[in-house]
Amino acid sequence: MKLSEVRDILDAEVLYGEDELDREVFSACGSDFMSDVLAYVKNQALLLTGLVNPQVIRTADMMDMKCVAFVRGKQPDENVLALARERDMVIMRAPIRMYDACGKLYAAGLRGDV
Amino acid sequence: MEAVKLVYPVEGGDLIEAGEASSKMKLTLKKLGLPPDVIRRASICMYEGEINMVIHADGGQAEVDVGMDEIVIRMIDQGPGIPDIDRAMQEGYSTAGDMARDLGFGAGMGLPNMKRYSDEMDIETEVGKGTTVTIKIKI
Repeated sequence: MKLSEVRDILDAEVLYGEDELDREVFSACGSDFMSDVLAYVKNQALLLTGLVNPQVIRTADMMDMKCVAFVRGKQPDENVLALARERDMVIMRAPIRMYDACGKLYAAGLRGDV
Repeated sequence: MEAVKLVYPVEGGDLIEAGEASSKMKLTLKKLGLPPDVIRRASICMYEGEINMVIHADGGQAEVDVGMDEIVIRMIDQGPGIPDIDRAMQEGYSTAGDMARDLGFGAGMGLPNMKRYSDEMDIETEVGKGTTVTIKIKI
C-alpha cells in the first residue's frame, strides 16, 4: 500500500514527507510501548502510535521504518519533527483512535505480518 | 575489512535525548556496508542498552568493536548494579519509574530484547559498582 493511500484511509494530515507518499509499505504495527515494537516487529514499515516523543522516531529508525502515523490527533513537537526530517521518515497525524486506525488499514489489506 | 573500534559516551539524566549514540553507530555500520539484518539487530541491542543506562545508571559508555565476523558491543556503566539478574532477565519485570514508562519503555523488555537479538550476551554486575553488558552479533 502506498503511503498516499494510508493518508487517505486515515484521513491524516502529512506533517513531513509530502514528497515521499509514493513509498510502498507492506505491513504495519500499532503500539504505544516502544519496547514491544522493538521486540515483536519484523519488517513492518509503518508504525501507528499514540505516543508522541522523540523515542518514537528513534525506535522506528532502529527498525528501518518508513513512516510514523500518530493517532488520536496527537501533535508531535518540533524536536520530534526535526528527528524525522534527519531520518527522512514520513510523519502523519490522524484524528481517529488507534483501534479504528488499525482496523481501517487492515480492512484495506494492510496486514500486521507478511 | 579492517577491525573498527567505536566509542560513544552515553549522557545520563535525559531520557528524551537517549538513543543518540545508537543512531550514530547505526549510521557508521551502514557506511561500513554491513548486512541490514546485522545492523538492525546491533542497533536494537545498543538502543535498549542505552535506554537502560539512562534510566538506571545515569549514563555510561558504549564501546563497539566491528570485526571480520562479529560485532561486539560493550555497554559499561558505574550505576547501582543489578541485584538479581534472573529477575532482570524476565520479560515484564522492571524497576524503571514513571518517566521511562511515559516514553514507552520500562515494560521489562530491555534486557530480554537484547538477548533476543544478540547471538551472545553476558552481564557482569556488582551492586554499588556498576554493570557491563556485552553483546555479540555474528556478521
